[in-house]
Amino acid sequence: MTADGVVARLESGMTLGIGGWGSRRKPMALVRALLRSGLTDLTVVSCGGPDVGLLAAAGKIRRLVTPFVTLDSVPLEPHFRAARERGALELTELDEAMFLWGLTAAGQRLPFMPVRAGLGSDVLRVNPHLRTVTSPYEDGEVLAAAPALRLDAALVHLNRADARGNAQYLGPDPYFDDLFCEAADTAYVSCERIVDGEELARAGCPQTLLVSRMFVSGVVEAPRGAHFTSCVPDYGRDEAFQRAYVRAAADPDTWAAFVKRFLSGDEDDYRAAVAAFTEEAGESEESEESKPAAAGTTAEERR
Amino acid sequence: MTARTRPTAVTRAEYCVIACAEVWRGAGEVLASPMGTVPALGARLARLTFSPDLLLTDGEALLVGGGPAAGRTGAPEPMTEGWLPYRRHLALVATGRRHVMMGASQIDRYGNQNISCIGDWARPSRQLLGVRGAPVNTLNHPTSYWVPKHSPRTFVERVDMVCGVGYDRAAAAGPSATRFHRVPEVVSDLGVFDFETPDRTLRVRSLHPGVRLEDVRAATGFTLHVPDGEVPHTREPTAEELRLLREVVDPGGLRDREVPPCGP
Repeated sequence: MTADGVVARLESGMTLGIGGWGSRRKPMALVRALLRSGLTDLTVVSCGGPDVGLLAAAGKIRRLVTPFVTLDSVPLEPHFRAARERGALELTELDEAMFLWGLTAAGQRLPFMPVRAGLGSDVLRVNPHLRTVTSPYEDGEVLAAAPALRLDAALVHLNRADARGNAQYLGPDPYFDDLFCEAADTAYVSCERIVDGEELARAGCPQTLLVSRMFVSGVVEAPRGAHFTSCVPDYGRDEAFQRAYVRAAADPDTWAAFVKRFLSGDEDDYRAAVAAFTEEAGESEESEESKPAAAGTTAEERR
Repeated sequence: MTARTRPTAVTRAEYCVIACAEVWRGAGEVLASPMGTVPALGARLARLTFSPDLLLTDGEALLVGGGPAAGRTGAPEPMTEGWLPYRRHLALVATGRRHVMMGASQIDRYGNQNISCIGDWARPSRQLLGVRGAPVNTLNHPTSYWVPKHSPRTFVERVDMVCGVGYDRAAAAGPSATRFHRVPEVVSDLGVFDFETPDRTLRVRSLHPGVRLEDVRAATGFTLHVPDGEVPHTREPTAEELRLLREVVDPGGLRDREVPPCGP
């Protein structure tokens, strides 16, 4: 399939799960196809990064379900911040564990999972729909009931896949990509390269075969399809480009120029524009020092 | 790289590293999850010295061990000793075998912490990260905090959004919330604080050398609990700790970027 072909199967108003984590292995080619489409009024379920930022800037998100939005090496996502500060999207803000177990519950066709999280915090205040559950056993503990995060469709990006939809991650973290696929009625995998089954088996140990074709409706070959987020070991985050993205987001005119330059054509145009940017910006960007992280943000949270 | 001459005097940043390292004294064989530069240096120093059983990650999905025992020279060789992707990290939280040191955009006298947004949640004046794992962390294992710039904007009367749960809110939420809840310490660039008071409110445990009590009071947006008598100072690093910090753990001086050296 093509990225545009995937988006053609989606509808406005749907609940979309987007895999990856922060600014890591986001299905950006599929997100860019969403930006080119007329789809709107989406509920987006994501451990958010620039996927959320771009879709929010384009006004496509009605509601966001997330525990955080960050660019990792840049702590705060500028478009997400702007959207929140002007009240442009509804938010279901969940704790990370509630998010993980909610996604798991959806895949397991359960209504909820009990978690020791959220109690005493304002997560319960800002989400009045959340409920607690009392243990039926002797302990009688009262726990939060993390509701199933059922999805109409899931979009994930992995390193390799075969044409039938078996998909493989070769980096250190699967994130929640398989759980997103299992929680969704339809799931679409983009990957760096479509390979035959034999090459898939050779590329990594069996544990790297994260997503099974039984949960996948379509596969898209999208080289550099996670750019500018990381997709190790194929490539790391494009820090220079991400900084340019953040700078552009600070001002409407600069952002309009960024959109015109990078996001007004198809994926081939995008790759060509990025290559030109890298050639131009390379040297001046490389000398720029990275900023220290803000409170509560380093790669270590897992933090 | 050019060799940098370091003052032999202990800097404020170094006292902060020592104070953060102390957070993991006696923690045993648990994962130390430091967020921020100074806590990360503190955790590594603790493992090289008085808490050798600590586990640390590489900031991504690997548990890294190795490194020479205290007293040996040379930079520690990172050695992978386990796999901890985010999903397993979150499952580990619920086992309790972790002591995290998180940041705080706001923190109040009961230890409620906010990293989500400033102002009204429905329409924030300043959107920050989101709650992340603070709710699950605080209900499952010890959670300490690090504030690199102590100010009344951070130490506030009431946080705008409770992400990390403090003592009053945990108590109000009941036994499932209090069962494993503990906020041992808050370390800032001015001192070390705990909640060892009858009403579990923030108390000055020690001041970093060079900090006066009135400095801390002026930088705190609520009334601090001050112990009777002389307020102790944060302890001095040993010569070996100082050597390890300066030569092995942080030869590049990252600590000074988070806590800049202060004037005399």
